[in-house]
Amino acid sequence: MGTTDSHAADAADLKRTPLYDLHVELGARMVPFAGYDMPVQYPTGIMTEHQHTRAAAGLFDVSHMGQAWLIGPDHETTARALEALVPSNMVELGRGKQRYTVLLNAEGGIVDDLMVTRPVAEAQDGRLFLVVNASRKDVDYPLIRAALPANVRLELIEDRALIAVQGPQAVAAVAAHAPKAAELAFMSADWMEFDGITCHVSRSGYTGEDGVEMSVPADKAEAITRALLADERVKPIGLGARDSLRLEAGLCLYGHDLDETTSPVEGDITFILQKRRREEGGFPGAARIQREFAEGPARKRVGLKLDGRAPAREGAEIKVPGGDTVGIVTSGGFGPTAGVPIAMGYVAAAHAAPGTKLALVVRGKDLEATVVEMPIVPHRYYRAPKA
Amino acid sequence: MTTYYSKDHEWIAVDGDTATVGITDYAQSQLGDVVYVELPDTGKALKKGDEAAVVESVKAASEVYAPIDGEVVATNAALVDSPANVNEDPEGGAWFVKLKIADKGQLADLMDEASYKAYVETL
Repeated sequence: MGTTDSHAADAADLKRTPLYDLHVELGARMVPFAGYDMPVQYPTGIMTEHQHTRAAAGLFDVSHMGQAWLIGPDHETTARALEALVPSNMVELGRGKQRYTVLLNAEGGIVDDLMVTRPVAEAQDGRLFLVVNASRKDVDYPLIRAALPANVRLELIEDRALIAVQGPQAVAAVAAHAPKAAELAFMSADWMEFDGITCHVSRSGYTGEDGVEMSVPADKAEAITRALLADERVKPIGLGARDSLRLEAGLCLYGHDLDETTSPVEGDITFILQKRRREEGGFPGAARIQREFAEGPARKRVGLKLDGRAPAREGAEIKVPGGDTVGIVTSGGFGPTAGVPIAMGYVAAAHAAPGTKLALVVRGKDLEATVVEMPIVPHRYYRAPKA
Repeated sequence: MTTYYSKDHEWIAVDGDTATVGITDYAQSQLGDVVYVELPDTGKALKKGDEAAVVESVKAASEVYAPIDGEVVATNAALVDSPANVNEDPEGGAWFVKLKIADKGQLADLMDEASYKAYVETL
């Protein structure tokens, strides 16, 4: 037996998160990921972990991701400094609110995708909390620093872990220890006590489910995780199920579905381009992005459902059935909730409409697939009841 | 009937001139949940090391190699409809192909059960 998925890196060179020992104790299979030794799955396996997250609550160690503060004299100064690098409206981001955005290069290509949170406390005005991809820290931090004015600085947070708890019962499980978590609106954040430990909790995540991400002191991460896992609703979930969950939710994985050649318009994440920024420009690659926004991009990210049972993986060619190549698969696998193989890829704009029949080339054979709306599995984010 | 093992984690059960090929319990545990199995056509002549079948887990695609030369005389079509059998019964009901052995001399290159167990311990 041979696999196309090889992990040849030397474990000795890998970094460990504060939860490493706990992963090993829980029987996780550890694999190299973005320079870290990370759990890909626990003994129950990816399928069970995926289903459990959709049915109850899954706990993910995402401590490998980069946490940092952008610190300036006041909100507007810090927000404008960040706006020079991203196409989203940061100036009008409210206190305690969170926004997904991307760092851009001069050609309008995506350098990384990230979450930006404005602290809720007035005393912290002038700060923005950033969470970037582990694999892009070494690119993002120098890029950000080089673009900052003298009165705004980037301060890396090295002493905190990041734990995501996702699923329909995630917030109830967290609120048993941190009651304020239940009060958070979607894409908002606050500081709160979790069994007396001060944590920064946001109502967000990357599975399409309700849930939170908790930035916690590194030396308390294991205690917090053990407290959550003591709740039978909460199970540990590895990177394998994280990938199948986000794929079903239509969410991009940097380095696969987004890279330095893809723009936010091609990537179909135009919701990050708020009106003022779209109209005024003033971000790297604005000319290309504004043109694509007005005229439509040449290629576009689409969701795909395969008609048969065989999955198509990253790199598979996308063709018009019996005809020309029109694109490439950037993520693909089996969707445990969808119940069928699913994929994401880029196709020429003429072939991007939902319902379009395409063929994905796997091992020399054409597999029939259909362009579908994303998310493939509907999001179930928290919506506050109307007052 | 004697069972041999390859370093690529195939098992091969020899009964006369026929060899039944599957993957070991260690292999299925490394793969994780199997969601798709692709089998060769009956009559196909395989050389040692050729791709005899494909297994896809949620995470990745893997190949099952022919551990010896031989012609495919039967395939386990039940796996196509129930790929999860590979996880549940890898060294029993979830065999992939039966080969008509071309050269019994090639069996000498494979491991017996004790050697394979010792080999897995080193991984």
